[in-house]
Amino acid sequence: MRGCSRQRLIWQKGYCEDRLPLAQFSLTRCRGQDGGTRVECRRVVAMAERRGPCGIGGFGPAGSTGGARAGSSLATGAELEARARSFGGPANSRWLRLGAMEELDGEPTVTLIPGVNSSKKQMCFDWGPGEMLVCETSFNKKEKSETVPGCPFIYIIRKDVDVYSQILRKLFNESHGIFVGLQRIEEELTGKSRKAQLVRVSKNYRSVIRACMEEMHQVAIAAKDPACSCQFSSQVSILSAMELIWNLCEILFIEVAPAGPLLLHLLDWVRLHVCEVDNLLADVLGSENPRKHESFWKLPGTTQTLTELELKWQHWHEECERHLQDGTFASSPHLESLCKIMLGDEAALLEQKELLNNWYHFLVTRLLYSHPTVKPIDLHFYAQSSLDLFLGGESSPEPLDNILMAAFEFDIHQVIKECSIALSNWWFVAHLTDLLDHCKLLQSHNLYFGSNMREFLLLEYASGLFAHHSLWQLGVDYFDYCPELGRVSLELHIERIPLSTEQKALKVLRICEQRQMTEQVRSICKILAMKAVRNNRLGSALSWSIRAKDAAFATLVSDRFLRDYCERGCFSDLDLIDNLGPAMMLSDRLTFLGKYREFHRLYGEKRFVDAASLLLSLMTSQIAPRSFWMTLLTDALPLLEQKQVIFSAEQTYELMRCLEDLTSGRPVHGEPDAQRLQDDDIETTKVEMLRLALARNLARAIIKEGSLEGS
Amino acid sequence: MFVAHSIAADHKDLIHDVSFDFHGRRMATCSSDQSVKVWDKSESGDWHCTASWKTHSGSVWRVTWAHPEFGQVLASCSFDRTAAVWEEIVGESNDKLRGQSHWVKRTTLVDSRTSVTDVKFAPKHMGLMLATCSADGIVRIYEAPDVMNLSQWSLQHEISCKLSCSCISWNPSSISMESLEAWEREKRCSSRAHSPMIAVGSDDSSPNAMAKVQIFEYNENTRKYAKAETLMTVTDPVHDISFAPNLGRSFHILAIATKDVRIFTLKPVRKELSSSGGPTKFEIHIVAQFDNHNSQVWRVSWNITGTVLASSGDDGCVRLWKANYMDNWKCTGILKGNGSPVNGSSQQGNSNPSLGSNIPNLQNSLNGSSVGRKHS
Repeated sequence: MRGCSRQRLIWQKGYCEDRLPLAQFSLTRCRGQDGGTRVECRRVVAMAERRGPCGIGGFGPAGSTGGARAGSSLATGAELEARARSFGGPANSRWLRLGAMEELDGEPTVTLIPGVNSSKKQMCFDWGPGEMLVCETSFNKKEKSETVPGCPFIYIIRKDVDVYSQILRKLFNESHGIFVGLQRIEEELTGKSRKAQLVRVSKNYRSVIRACMEEMHQVAIAAKDPACSCQFSSQVSILSAMELIWNLCEILFIEVAPAGPLLLHLLDWVRLHVCEVDNLLADVLGSENPRKHESFWKLPGTTQTLTELELKWQHWHEECERHLQDGTFASSPHLESLCKIMLGDEAALLEQKELLNNWYHFLVTRLLYSHPTVKPIDLHFYAQSSLDLFLGGESSPEPLDNILMAAFEFDIHQVIKECSIALSNWWFVAHLTDLLDHCKLLQSHNLYFGSNMREFLLLEYASGLFAHHSLWQLGVDYFDYCPELGRVSLELHIERIPLSTEQKALKVLRICEQRQMTEQVRSICKILAMKAVRNNRLGSALSWSIRAKDAAFATLVSDRFLRDYCERGCFSDLDLIDNLGPAMMLSDRLTFLGKYREFHRLYGEKRFVDAASLLLSLMTSQIAPRSFWMTLLTDALPLLEQKQVIFSAEQTYELMRCLEDLTSGRPVHGEPDAQRLQDDDIETTKVEMLRLALARNLARAIIKEGSLEGS
Repeated sequence: MFVAHSIAADHKDLIHDVSFDFHGRRMATCSSDQSVKVWDKSESGDWHCTASWKTHSGSVWRVTWAHPEFGQVLASCSFDRTAAVWEEIVGESNDKLRGQSHWVKRTTLVDSRTSVTDVKFAPKHMGLMLATCSADGIVRIYEAPDVMNLSQWSLQHEISCKLSCSCISWNPSSISMESLEAWEREKRCSSRAHSPMIAVGSDDSSPNAMAKVQIFEYNENTRKYAKAETLMTVTDPVHDISFAPNLGRSFHILAIATKDVRIFTLKPVRKELSSSGGPTKFEIHIVAQFDNHNSQVWRVSWNITGTVLASSGDDGCVRLWKANYMDNWKCTGILKGNGSPVNGSSQQGNSNPSLGSNIPNLQNSLNGSSVGRKHS
């Protein structure tokens, strides 16, 4: 059974292309071979299996191989079908409905928190970016604690469960590409080419669902634990239902098949979802040459018109009826029943109800034999009566039935609404709605909210992706294509992405920068700068604050650099400071840091004159903080003591002025303590040494300059 | 929704507050046992308590994180009449080896003479500021002018509310008239002009019923907070108050926890209509009012985009409220205790990152019941 249904899941990519003209069998043929009825009948069954919906399968003579096999094949079909139906089971009335759409009369979803006693206690909570914290508390008794032992746990609550499924992740990943492609479809494309493109997009989405379903199915089979297997199987049934709905929407809303082809599409739809070709039957068919009969039932658009087809069909139908009236098959009740079915006799069809897995299977079978040229507009009538007849008052319609019925009624709004209620994730409704919006259906159907529904659903879906540690990257593109609130939603979400590694931070930054989200860029860089400072990684802190264009923080980090230099006598992160470039202008302190380092470089390269004038200019231009002047003046000492004169007389005067500025401006200290006295002592010595060096240099400079002038 | 993890809190008394940090990678809890605990999420998704220390000499009501632009900073407030600011120290000590972090008290704010009932950091664009409110009816606003020196906090403002205060909320993005007009031009509020605004709620239950919600706005000219509005219709004790993050709207949304959940919109009235220089006036509308909690509502809080409101009440449930695209507010989810006691064994939730960990969740999504792993 498993293998069988497994095979059923295989996506037959070419299922549209290799379609054969349906119902190639004819009574003419059966009648023409008197005596061979039994064999023929089996062939009819076989062909019906191959071409038509399986609704007619299995009514062949009991015990005939074909019939038996067809029956067994249907049983497995039924198994899958049963699963698809479990999608619409009663449990679904309690499905996730967070943020479900308007006018939902259903109850909100209830999530049970284990151990919390809601009748005695309350819950405190907090929102996180993708999760919620909940724990038991008692708000009204604020003072002394209670005697009843409380729930000792804190719970982390998540919203979209499907986001965390490994297999569904593929669905999200691959459909993302299709979605982005769809947004880029040329608006100018009109008519046929546009429609063809949209149908292709729809099929692509479905094939992704199929692939995902197949993988889920394999996992279900491979699962050793029966509970696990059951879990995955349920997921398969959900995916199967999604694909079923999507396919119907594709036929009705996107393909917009007219009368005639409409039934063909519906046949394919039922065939794909309810049963597939049994191997043996395929062999039987293979021995025939189906093409022999092709010309009997050509489709409109090829050689005959719809009217011609209707006429011929009418003729065939009448002939059938005559045979029944004449009692041609009176000797064989099976054949008679077969004939009745071919006439579209509802009662005869319903007798085979156990072979018709569901009402829409019944619907398509019924249409095939009684109204092959059904018009789209009349579909809902047949659909409703098929549903009523099939359920026969024994059971009430389930969510899946309602969704399909809404589709047959061409009520797109209702389809989306019902799906939003029934499905546990936003993937399906968001993508389907977006596609229908691209088909211009949401407007033409005159929904009062227009494309807002599309955006509403896309925002929900994208927000769900942002709860996941890697899928959030897909969410970015969805936000991008939401013109109203996408940008601001992205801003609020992206700044919450944990910047756990540099790589991740750069990824987030790139996304923000591409979108000119300056505030987010600034904030992220600032966070990283702060993190780096806290960890004493000054270089990293500096480059992040430059990137954040945060002058205050750049000043702070520059000060740290200078302090480090004063303490250790050397700079760290030379590469960075040497290559600041225009970034140096961000803050005065950073400029000073860069220039000060440049002074050291010049000095190291023995370019003393350049070094000296740079040093002086740092003070005279007020770039250097006053607190640093003494260090700078001390740095001047070795230059003053060089053999050749470096500071000119004028420069020496400037240096002297700086020194006097600094020493005269000193605040008068209060009670001097021992430490300060000692510090002052060192300071005084330093100042005296400087004064001496300056005076000596001035003398040398005057002499030198005088002699130069004189020469 | 479903329970993804459960974490044994290990507080010796009632927990009063839980708080996620900005990125949702850390959380803090506070309790009547006078302590605060900090929890960190590891790369594998497990939560570990990395610090637990005595913070106050009374019940700790609230704990809250500063924006990470200011480093790793927490504030707490307590029945002991103080609020405190804590900073995590990056050390190379043994603590780190044991997976523990070290938090030091940077300041104690002792201005209140009564229990400090709430503490909230201001929106980050205002710098490192925080507001406290207390039972003596005063809202105090403090600022740390040097973000690298958290031991220096200056009391900037004292706002007298004349009623015992229970809760405060900063407006996350105040929109001035200028930016409102820009918003109308651009349909998006990217440039946020800032006129700091704070809403205060009172749980004063004295019989002379007065309006329990006041909104104060900072005036650039007087450099003081002045009352902008009083919500006259809210006369029952208010337990919590929360401005919604601004999702590019031209108005503010304020949620209030009182005897029911209420959601107000505040639309700034154009300046030329109000007297210039004075506080902004608002058109105030109540857009939703729900009594589903049956009795008192204790907490209200918005998700990060301000699209879902959560409220907690005397019915023991957390309820989620969401507006659809037609702006109709509906209850969309309920978190409810299942009432059965938990077996004591300590456990760390289903953090198994393999496929298997998803299984119960899939089942939940199918059945609609969202109970996570059984506690056994």
